[in-house]
Amino acid sequence: MITQAIMDGLINGGIIGLGAIGVTLTYSILRFANFGHGELLSWGAYVALSLSAALGAMLPSLSTPIGPFSFGWSVPIALIGSMVLTALLALTVDWLLFGRLRRSGSAIIILVMASFGAALALRNLLEFIFTSKPAYFTNALQISKPLFGGMRATPDQLLVLGLAFITVVLVHLLLTRTPAGRAMRAVSENAQLASLTGIDVRNVIRLVWVLGAALAAVAGVMSGLLVQIRPTMGLDLLLPLFAASILGGIGSVPGAMLAGLIVGLAEALTIQVIGAEWRAAVAFVILVAVLLLRPNGLFGKATA
Amino acid sequence: MIFDLLSYGAFFLTMALSYAVICLGLNVQWGQTGLFNVGVAGFVAVGAYTSALLTTPFIVDRIGGFGLPIVIGWLGGGLVAGLLSAALGLLTLRLRSDYLAIATFGAAVMIQLVLLNLVGLTGGPFGIGFIPRPFGEFAENTDLFSFANLAVMAALVSVTYLVLEHLVRSPWGRVLRAIREDETAARGLGKNPESYRLQAFAIGGFVMGLGGAAQAHFIGFIAPDNYLPTLTFQVWTMLIIGGSGNMRGAILGGVLVWGIWAVSGNIVSQLFPASEQARASSLQIVLIGIALCVVLLVRPRGILGENATVSRHVKARRKPATGSARLSSRT
Repeated sequence: MITQAIMDGLINGGIIGLGAIGVTLTYSILRFANFGHGELLSWGAYVALSLSAALGAMLPSLSTPIGPFSFGWSVPIALIGSMVLTALLALTVDWLLFGRLRRSGSAIIILVMASFGAALALRNLLEFIFTSKPAYFTNALQISKPLFGGMRATPDQLLVLGLAFITVVLVHLLLTRTPAGRAMRAVSENAQLASLTGIDVRNVIRLVWVLGAALAAVAGVMSGLLVQIRPTMGLDLLLPLFAASILGGIGSVPGAMLAGLIVGLAEALTIQVIGAEWRAAVAFVILVAVLLLRPNGLFGKATA
Repeated sequence: MIFDLLSYGAFFLTMALSYAVICLGLNVQWGQTGLFNVGVAGFVAVGAYTSALLTTPFIVDRIGGFGLPIVIGWLGGGLVAGLLSAALGLLTLRLRSDYLAIATFGAAVMIQLVLLNLVGLTGGPFGIGFIPRPFGEFAENTDLFSFANLAVMAALVSVTYLVLEHLVRSPWGRVLRAIREDETAARGLGKNPESYRLQAFAIGGFVMGLGGAAQAHFIGFIAPDNYLPTLTFQVWTMLIIGGSGNMRGAILGGVLVWGIWAVSGNIVSQLFPASEQARASSLQIVLIGIALCVVLLVRPRGILGENATVSRHVKARRKPATGSARLSSRT
């Protein structure tokens, strides 16, 4: 039983980790806690759902399942499309709201509040368009296959876990090995100094939104694939995302992923030991513990 | 007919004024001190449930039900919400400014879970009913009853307003605003920002709890669904639109936004068929969300806005025409 909880926790933790990377990047570079990040996950999932349904309707062959998985080629194609469209959504919100507030020199906390207002608008817009009824990518049922040590997992779950791992490695390489990544890290250290050395800070900000939103779309689609798609899915994930990004240390991508896995595992163990109804409490308990014991997180630097 | 209308007006105003109390609490935290509380609904819920547990009659399968007087319930509700705020403040106020926001958001999620799951204390999803109402003995005469309720709520708003206004104008309030505007300078004057912030956050939490308790006694029934994040959002919109930093703005915002909310809800329920009502009411929240963002962008000070704080000695000197020359020569 305990090995099964570990498996479930890792899979769920992978999704939390991907979302938390976006939170930690916006937090360290744009310098505010974005309460709207969860909505990017939900929008990513719903956009992918609509695209995949449209593709399936036009070309029915795309909906036939690939190999052992529950979905056809329409879902991966829709995922790519959704990453692009979700990034556009994030850029639009930044252009309409956050960018204007930044230019007018608003305090950070005003940005936080604006993100809170934007989150409510975005979430309820989803509820208006798609209603609050849960939706699914496919209606196919998957039988979980036995793995080693008595663990069981469906092919979809293993794919999600593998994909999460690959994505984190890619993002880490992007941040550490490319000029764009170096520019992002420079801006997160000190935006004014970075712009003095010729880095276009506005470009970096756009890159952060694109990266964060694309990762959120991936996480949203994964969560939709394994659980279900609801307008409140992003809101329910928001606290685990914040807990993971603070536990990992603001600004640290490997930290966010590792902390995501820790939060996921803790949730799975809680479901196993205490009961599923207290699952949402786990993230809060972790958050309080981190703030008490190690406010800079596992990999964070001390900041004012 | 005219009495019905008056009675409905009294009902509406009582509800709006209960929001005004919550809004006043938020104004102490945000308007005066700049502390961002994303868990307003949680603190309101704590106040409401505490008061309900203290005042409802005894029930076999639930803890609580002490049948105490309503006043004790209200004070108790405020006190527990205030203590909870103090605990969260202690945890986060020495850290980055938005950690408080995240922690309050988490606390609201946690409180919602406790309301739903600790059935033996909170009644679970069904909540708590039979909360005694002020002047319950007039209940047969609905008009008299609703006006008595309105009077109670209006008195609560007035007392809260006067006390908070006095606090804010006192040296204590000046320190709060000094910290909000320039923490380093305030620290240089020997004021301890952490301690003042904690006090303001706890007092604000107390007022929110008090408002939640009063509201619960006015409705007579509470359930976890009343305390979703939408409530937090409504209260924020009230404060921002009314004018944060201004106690009268907080009350005005409470009444005005509740009015807009009630009217637009009415329109939604008449325009849309029953099957589409849930969808349409989500559109209502979208519009108010956009309104909040627009106010933040266009008129961040809200309708009334904060009065500039000037020493009354300067104000007194400004009045005579000759005084202005002296003032300008100094700058």
